[in-house]
Amino acid sequence: MKIVVCVKQVPDTKGGVKFNPDGTLDRGAMLTIMNPDDKAGLEAALRLKDQYGAEVTVVTMGLPKAEEVLREAMAMGADKGILVTDRVLGGADTWATSQTLAGAIRNLEYDLIITGRQAIDGDTAQVGPQISEHLGIPVISYAQKIEIEGDSVIVERQYDDRYHVLKAKMPCLITALAELNEPRYMTPGGIFDAYKADITVWGRADLKDVEDSNLGLKGSPTQIAKASDKVRKGAGEKVTLDAAESVDYIIDKLKVKHVI
Amino acid sequence: MDFMLTKQHEMARTLFKEFAEKEVKPLAQEVDETEVFPRGTVEKMAKAGFLGIPVPKEYGGQGCDPLTYAMCVEELSKVCGTTGVIVSAHTSLCCDPIQTYGTEEQKQKYLVPLAKGEKLGAFGLTEPGAGTDAQGQQTKAVLDGDEWVLNGSKIFITNGKEADIYVIFAVTSVVTDAKGRSKKMISAFIVEKGTPGFTFGTKEKKMGIRGSSTYELIFTDCRIPKENLLGQEGKGFGIAMHTLDGGRIGIAAQALGIAEGALDRTIEYVKERKQFGRAIGAFQNTQFQLADMATKVQAAQMMVYRAAMAKATQKVYSVEAAMAKLYAAEVAMEVTTKAVQLHGGYGYIREYDVERMMRDAKITEIYEGTSEVQRMVISGSLLK
Repeated sequence: MKIVVCVKQVPDTKGGVKFNPDGTLDRGAMLTIMNPDDKAGLEAALRLKDQYGAEVTVVTMGLPKAEEVLREAMAMGADKGILVTDRVLGGADTWATSQTLAGAIRNLEYDLIITGRQAIDGDTAQVGPQISEHLGIPVISYAQKIEIEGDSVIVERQYDDRYHVLKAKMPCLITALAELNEPRYMTPGGIFDAYKADITVWGRADLKDVEDSNLGLKGSPTQIAKASDKVRKGAGEKVTLDAAESVDYIIDKLKVKHVI
Repeated sequence: MDFMLTKQHEMARTLFKEFAEKEVKPLAQEVDETEVFPRGTVEKMAKAGFLGIPVPKEYGGQGCDPLTYAMCVEELSKVCGTTGVIVSAHTSLCCDPIQTYGTEEQKQKYLVPLAKGEKLGAFGLTEPGAGTDAQGQQTKAVLDGDEWVLNGSKIFITNGKEADIYVIFAVTSVVTDAKGRSKKMISAFIVEKGTPGFTFGTKEKKMGIRGSSTYELIFTDCRIPKENLLGQEGKGFGIAMHTLDGGRIGIAAQALGIAEGALDRTIEYVKERKQFGRAIGAFQNTQFQLADMATKVQAAQMMVYRAAMAKATQKVYSVEAAMAKLYAAEVAMEVTTKAVQLHGGYGYIREYDVERMMRDAKITEIYEGTSEVQRMVISGSLLK
């Protein structure tokens, strides 16, 4: 089985968010991590590798520095890393990103593509499903459990109050939730091996069947007008009441706000 | 001379730090309070490959350098001195001598499961009458047919009872030198837990590193296979001294970690604690104390890393290891003491980590060669 996992290097929000004067994220000034949903997707792939045997290839689009996230994935157990980087790909929104990743993945053999549900720096949850659309394969999003049965994949798809069990023929794409699993740690030896391994670097010319008009800032239908740090909504209101009074109090408040 | 760590080492530090924060720190206080060996953490470390970091891959290890291993002990010790010494004793005192002196069969049988973390290791040299004076050994081993028969006891053994494999030293003969003085010839052996005649005495109740399992080992007509002799017969003293050179780097890294942990806690505390209407970090005394602490911690780190690098590149690194351990241990004691002082009354309360760290720091000046022994090693090299 061949599995492709898409990962993104994102700012570590624990270290604080920093902006450029134009409102975009100052990625160079922030500590970075592997996006948590993507890490769960990678762990899911590595577990399938442990259970069924698989070759796991990790793909990322980003600055040359994003190579780090591929090394991390390889230190966890991924077999290959592909970095898609090119100036013309900069400023991509989800449409241009998914076009880029699909263009890269078209060069690869795969039975399964796993992406994270969404990245913590954008929270769009669009790139995974868009890749499947570009490649013309089924997608199962919000996976909380993944199993393989013959040439099909059986996935529990999470909802707020229930889950659906879906079965799809491979090749297909799955988007993973951080809750899917507890990702393994890198191993110390894996880190040193990962730095000895070659990372494949692809640019625009290596992308297959993608129009220039769908790439980079020019190919992005959405543009960020402004970004800012979270604004506090206020201190909130604290009341000390017994249970019955609390219920009445909350109901009154909800009525005032026309929620009920 | 390059003071920059490689990207690999930086990533390894990120790994160790993340593991320490997530898996070790939440248990540190409880491990100290209950004096219960953190078996669950050891299992997690085994899975993560932390129990065979400098052991070659062909023997089940991670194939990393001594610096990576020292950084692991350092990061673990930043949050829990107990966890740091479990890894240090296992790796430096049990894996290392088997890797260095073991036969191929011994490596396959013992080093592989040790490095994979399937088995835990320990080292038994110290006896009631033989601490710094290793020549005072009373434990004896006598060859009887195809077996060595061990009699005697060892005390203060780290990972005692919890470990599966022990490197044990015993007197195998007494020779007379040219001046007519008798000299004990010591040999090293590999002894498995569960061997008839090998039992455990009392568990020591300690000032610090209280979750670490410190036991007396008792050998009563304990018969082990002839092939469990480690290295050559009569060469055990050299094996012990060489092993301790490496072990000192592990303990120096532990001491460094404890000092760093105490400094980190203190920096956080002095920003929050207010007296006379100001954070105590605004007072010059606090600032100067912190400056001294940080400077010494950084100097200790340089020495520990240099000693670890020396182990990788030099045949003999006794002096580097002795200096690193001497300095890092004394810095750990000084920094943790100052950390408690800067915490004031709260620093004396067990709820605050620095209280534990100060107790944990003390042992680093004592075990695997006291500070006085390190001074003997260093001055011996100066005056030879």
